[in-house]
Amino acid sequence: MQRIGVFVCWCGSNIAGTVDVQAVSEALKNEPGVVYSTNYQYMCSQAGQDMIKNAVKEHNLTGIVVCSCSPRMHEATFRKTAAAAGLNPYMVEIANIREQCSWVHKEMPIGTEKAIILGKAAIAKVNLNTPLIPGESPVTKRALVIGGGIAGIQTALDIADAGFPVDIVEKQPTIGGKMAQLDKTFPTLDCAACILTPKMVDVAQNDKIRIFSYSEVAEVGGFVGNFDVKIKRRARYVKEDVCTGCGACVEKCPMKKVPNEFNLGMDNRTAIYIPFAQAVPKVATIDPNHCNMLKNGKCGLCAKVCAAGAIDYKQQDEIIEEKYGAIVVATGFNPISMDKFDEYAYNQSKDVITSLEFERLTNAAGPTAGKLLRPSDHKHPHTIVFVQCVGSRCAACAEKGKEYCSKICCMYTAKHAMLTRDKYPDTEVYVFYIDVRTPGKNFDEFYRRAVEEYGVHYIKGMVGKVVPEGDKLKVQASDLLDNKQLHIDADLVVLAAAIEPDKSARPLATMLTASMDTNDFFTEAHPKLRPVESPTAGVFLSGTCQGPKDIPETVSQAGAAASKVIGLLAKDKLTGNPCVANSDELMCNGCSSCQRVCPYGAISYIDKEFRMPDRTTKIRRVASVNPAVCQGCGACTVACPSGAMDLKGFANEQIMAEVDAICK
Amino acid sequence: MQKITCEQLIEKAVALLNDGTVSCVLGWKKGEFDYDITPALFETEEELKNEFVWNDFCRANFSKYLISKTAKCEGKILVFLKPCDTYSFNQLLTEHRFDREKVYAVGIPCEGMADIDKIKAICGDGICKIECGEKIAVSTIYTDEPTLIDAKDVLAERCINCKSKKHVAYDELIGEDGDVIDSGRFDEVAKLEAMTPDERFAFWQNELSRCIRCNACRDVCPACTCEKCVFNNPKSGVENKSPANSFEEQMFHIIRAFHVAGRCTDCGECSRVCPQNIPLHLLNRKFIKDMNEFYGEYQAGAEVGSRAPLVNYTTEDLEPGEVFDRGNKDA
Repeated sequence: MQRIGVFVCWCGSNIAGTVDVQAVSEALKNEPGVVYSTNYQYMCSQAGQDMIKNAVKEHNLTGIVVCSCSPRMHEATFRKTAAAAGLNPYMVEIANIREQCSWVHKEMPIGTEKAIILGKAAIAKVNLNTPLIPGESPVTKRALVIGGGIAGIQTALDIADAGFPVDIVEKQPTIGGKMAQLDKTFPTLDCAACILTPKMVDVAQNDKIRIFSYSEVAEVGGFVGNFDVKIKRRARYVKEDVCTGCGACVEKCPMKKVPNEFNLGMDNRTAIYIPFAQAVPKVATIDPNHCNMLKNGKCGLCAKVCAAGAIDYKQQDEIIEEKYGAIVVATGFNPISMDKFDEYAYNQSKDVITSLEFERLTNAAGPTAGKLLRPSDHKHPHTIVFVQCVGSRCAACAEKGKEYCSKICCMYTAKHAMLTRDKYPDTEVYVFYIDVRTPGKNFDEFYRRAVEEYGVHYIKGMVGKVVPEGDKLKVQASDLLDNKQLHIDADLVVLAAAIEPDKSARPLATMLTASMDTNDFFTEAHPKLRPVESPTAGVFLSGTCQGPKDIPETVSQAGAAASKVIGLLAKDKLTGNPCVANSDELMCNGCSSCQRVCPYGAISYIDKEFRMPDRTTKIRRVASVNPAVCQGCGACTVACPSGAMDLKGFANEQIMAEVDAICK
Repeated sequence: MQKITCEQLIEKAVALLNDGTVSCVLGWKKGEFDYDITPALFETEEELKNEFVWNDFCRANFSKYLISKTAKCEGKILVFLKPCDTYSFNQLLTEHRFDREKVYAVGIPCEGMADIDKIKAICGDGICKIECGEKIAVSTIYTDEPTLIDAKDVLAERCINCKSKKHVAYDELIGEDGDVIDSGRFDEVAKLEAMTPDERFAFWQNELSRCIRCNACRDVCPACTCEKCVFNNPKSGVENKSPANSFEEQMFHIIRAFHVAGRCTDCGECSRVCPQNIPLHLLNRKFIKDMNEFYGEYQAGAEVGSRAPLVNYTTEDLEPGEVFDRGNKDA
């Protein structure tokens, strides 16, 4: 029989306001196993915790029930208290009489009655609690960063700086991500390449960092501290360690009409290519869809001109297997497709472009060498209309766009407008917006400069329709503040397309068993208190894969993710959660139901020898739970047809006892 | 009558026994009565020739026997499987319940098995001899001449509603393989669904009240292969209960139906062995029908390693709320 102490917390007036705490502690005194019951103003305070510790000693308590706030708040606190008093921390149960009781009830009698019932349930459970001891597992001191944009780069650099080896997996031929495509960056207007490429070089030169470019994560197994990852290195038909990046092959390649994805298809590249001058690794890649040699076996020019002998038409995809202690997801974003936004005539006119295309048009390394020219006739545009929130904050049109705010568009549009007016003062610039959102250091000042100093026409209202007519784009829009319709003959229309998580994120989340929201952004373990951790242990989030972010925010989150990874890798052993599944081997019939439903791959099967009643032995296949991998979700306990699987700390028996206590 | 003969099977069994492929044979032999054919293990040619039986009364599904027999027998076991038995065979393999390497499975075609109750309804009690030929010849102690019955007229319910003449697992096939049949096996379930809740309750109350908790349904069920059944487990809280009240006898069968849901191949053994003639297969079929409707057609045991819809998550799964709504509508 347990000796249980009950401690009812007032939580100031949070609980005591609608629950008669005195009545609760009195009522629970007579429950089976309870030898001591009291109440106090703030149980979580030092004085409250001392009260618990003293009671444990004075009354020889073996179990503790704290009637207080949600276990998510203070379960850990009270477990530590119990441990300090010499009790096993898992002999503590919390009855949540705040969130699930006092906060949802207004009447004292109802609140009090329910608090007593919740207390009884917790007492019934503690009566069946057993001391639990968490297991330990070793940590592989190497991190994997998935995605080589600014988020992945920063995370990798920070982890490597702490002395741990890091691998970056990037699906493009080069790292750099979206930031490499940008021109200037708000609000300071320094050039993206100037601040990014040194970091890319740092990555390339850091002997702790390996880059797997043109590669993808193919398979993830294992668990926190011990992930087994298979990385698929796609054949680039160029030996990466031999190629010097001289570019002779690129010059000679006869296939010169391949749309250049780095410039968003606004100019062409060759079939063998280096995405941009500062690419890391600076190695050529052959595009198998356009290379004549790979398609038809005719050509072979690049192999002939390559002085280093780096071309290898026979190269095959390669699978690399590596062990990691931690995984950082930094898969980034893409602008959404404009196909569904016919009203803006994106597919009808070359002169309707997205903001990312505008970045390339103004970039010195872009298709126009930095001169702002219309894609259709290469003339200088004199009237430019920027349309904000194209597909963002699109609650009514969820099938077209996204419900969320893409966050970066207000600022980059202000930047585009300001830079255009600065370079080409003869240009009229209109920005149509729903709201201008500028929360950030020096952001609002930046936006006001665009309006006040550079004379950008900011108009509150949305563009209804863009119609190409001759060499003009007829823009119909409404000015909500003036309450009138506007007709603007524009030369160029720039759409601030919403951003969405990269398409590779969803299958990756499945591999990692990391959860995602409905928009395919990775979910964090806690939106406020654990923003860079995924709920799956050992998986961390960096950059826009978790939600729309600008560069400063991405870099700070990348650093935060790195510090979490470093914290993990610095440990030699990991302490697990002892509330894991375990299988009663005498009951298990080895049917594999649990193994199939386990989302973490924590269950395997072993052949075990059993002594039979007739003194013979029998070898049976039984389930075995790896406690380091098990997250205690309980799916197996439900799937087990024999009732052999149970969850420590949440045994079926304990839960039934709670239900019985409530129903009595 | 069956298309293949008893002699063919004996010949096959003897050949496999003698060439050392198998060391014993799981087959049928005569029980106390001619219609009471029971499973038996044969180890010699002599035993086979004297006692092996194959006729319209060989109803037992051997799949479950393989669990205990493969554990005990040295070498391989020859097992004869009717099409419906092969589904249970696969399901047990999916659940790793016996070692496939220790089994030599011979698929045999089946024309359906006879229901002795239907024969008794025609001939009355006192059956002393049955011969299976073109027709089933039944002699009773009250008549001089045997009554000739067409096997088609006395088919068991599960054979009338046969779901498949196709063998889904075998090492060797005797005779020709058939096809999966679009049977009317869910018609009876649909009738139950059409009842009002009160009528349905009365129906099951009437049926289940006859239960004597002999556990025959559980013991014969190829899906009931737990090392320790909850009904034998003191920790479960429902162990060793005799039917103390009507609630408990219903709960036994409903709990059992839940336990085998998604794994029941609808072999019909539960209803066959029930001494009280409770149509237990209807409970299981209701589950199968619901799963088919909710999650798409699924036949347990159709292939080894398939994942039953209840333990398999796909993004196409319907929301639990829809099940709830339908339940409300039915009520």
